[in-house]
Amino acid sequence: MEGRAGFVATFFDADVIANYAPLIAEGFVVTCVLALLVVVTGIALGLALALLRGLGVRLVGWAIVAFADLLRALPPLVLILLVYFGLPALGVPLSSFATVWLVLSLVLAAFAEEIFWAGITAVSKGQWDAARSTGLGHVQALTRVVLPQAVRMTVPPLTNRTIAITKNTALGSVIGVGEILNQATTAQAFSGSATPLMLGAIAYLILFVPVVILGRWIETRFAWRP
Amino acid sequence: MTSTAAEPDVGERSTADRAVLEVRGLRKSFGEVEVLKGIDLDVHEREMVFLVGPSGSGKSTLLRCCNRLEEPTDGAITVDGVDLLSPRTDLNAMRRRIGMVFQSFNLYPHMTALANVTLALRLVSKLPRAEADGRGRAALERVGLLAKADAHPGQLSGGQQQRVAIARAMALEPKVMLFDEPTSALDPELVGSVLQVMQDMRELGMTMVVVSHELRFAKRAADRVVFLDEGRIVESGPPDQVLAAPTTERARSFVADLLQAS
Repeated sequence: MEGRAGFVATFFDADVIANYAPLIAEGFVVTCVLALLVVVTGIALGLALALLRGLGVRLVGWAIVAFADLLRALPPLVLILLVYFGLPALGVPLSSFATVWLVLSLVLAAFAEEIFWAGITAVSKGQWDAARSTGLGHVQALTRVVLPQAVRMTVPPLTNRTIAITKNTALGSVIGVGEILNQATTAQAFSGSATPLMLGAIAYLILFVPVVILGRWIETRFAWRP
Repeated sequence: MTSTAAEPDVGERSTADRAVLEVRGLRKSFGEVEVLKGIDLDVHEREMVFLVGPSGSGKSTLLRCCNRLEEPTDGAITVDGVDLLSPRTDLNAMRRRIGMVFQSFNLYPHMTALANVTLALRLVSKLPRAEADGRGRAALERVGLLAKADAHPGQLSGGQQQRVAIARAMALEPKVMLFDEPTSALDPELVGSVLQVMQDMRELGMTMVVVSHELRFAKRAADRVVFLDEGRIVESGPPDQVLAAPTTERARSFVADLLQAS
């Protein structure tokens, strides 16, 4: 096979598409659910850690910094393998799905905590002064005055980081999570065709291009004249 | 505590010359540097006191100690008869009675002017929204900015922002207002509107402590001018005395320089 016909036959083989599209679709659903879970728990945990760090208890602060640095330094795949093969030996068997959810949530939390913290510290000290001088408590000043401004600043870096980490759901294929890439490689092995991998790539685009566009929209939506 | 002054007895004092703010033996150090070296100051009800002095003399630090945005190292501060430094004092409740206006306005940029004014009314005074909005609008009206209630700070001029900031502090009906260089960040043509609002407040009987370089305004409006130098009060008296005929060389040259510049 040569040229254009060869390209189409390799990546867009109609029979293979018909056979394996349902399998990829199943993977698409798993990836969607997994990504959504990671985003929700990861960002929520990251925000909680940043707020906890904001209380100013030194020991807690150190622990959070250590957690964030450790998880940002380790490759997620190493963590996934470590948890998946390590925890059962400790008597805590986790499914492959739960392992990826847990690890990627922790990694996203580590990055999100640093991003939220940077945002909180970037808010001018005068905002704290104004809030405290009118009688707001520390938590009120943080949640009503400082955090809304910090979150606006964190939207662009947080969106980028969230997309980068949710794409790592593909690492689940290594431990047999039935997500897009796993289904695609399985189908590729059965069919001997690269078409399922192209289907997988298209599935990722369908999932993440709207997320990228949504990120852009949030950025402009949350911008305000300082 | 170095102060030996007895706790003021709230019940026995006459209201005529009641000190709303009493500062005794106040010291404040930042690390090795002692910025305030024993300040004694009484500010009486309805009085407008100007704190003047060269930069680094401790004016702003003194002001910020008066609502504990800075934690004094030593001394005593009483506001409206309540010991501000006592661990038993509800600091957030006290801060409602001590309004503060900042050089850089510090309006909340993500809220409308009205929301800026009503935030503490709702969160601290626990007023229902409608009542808080009513008081917020009244405060904005007093500074001439009711029409800007729904504007965000970014849509307002510096002078308007500072007037909203004054309204935000005034809405809590404080016993004393602290002004930390309220016009220093403003373009010259916007200064007048802010000073006018302060003049109006004075006529309404608000007790005010003002850190400012607007000596002409001080001459016209202040009851008393207090001159600080290197963390100490070196002169205190009526404006025509302190500003027109200062007794210390330091104050004389400072006043001469500033009046010349303005």
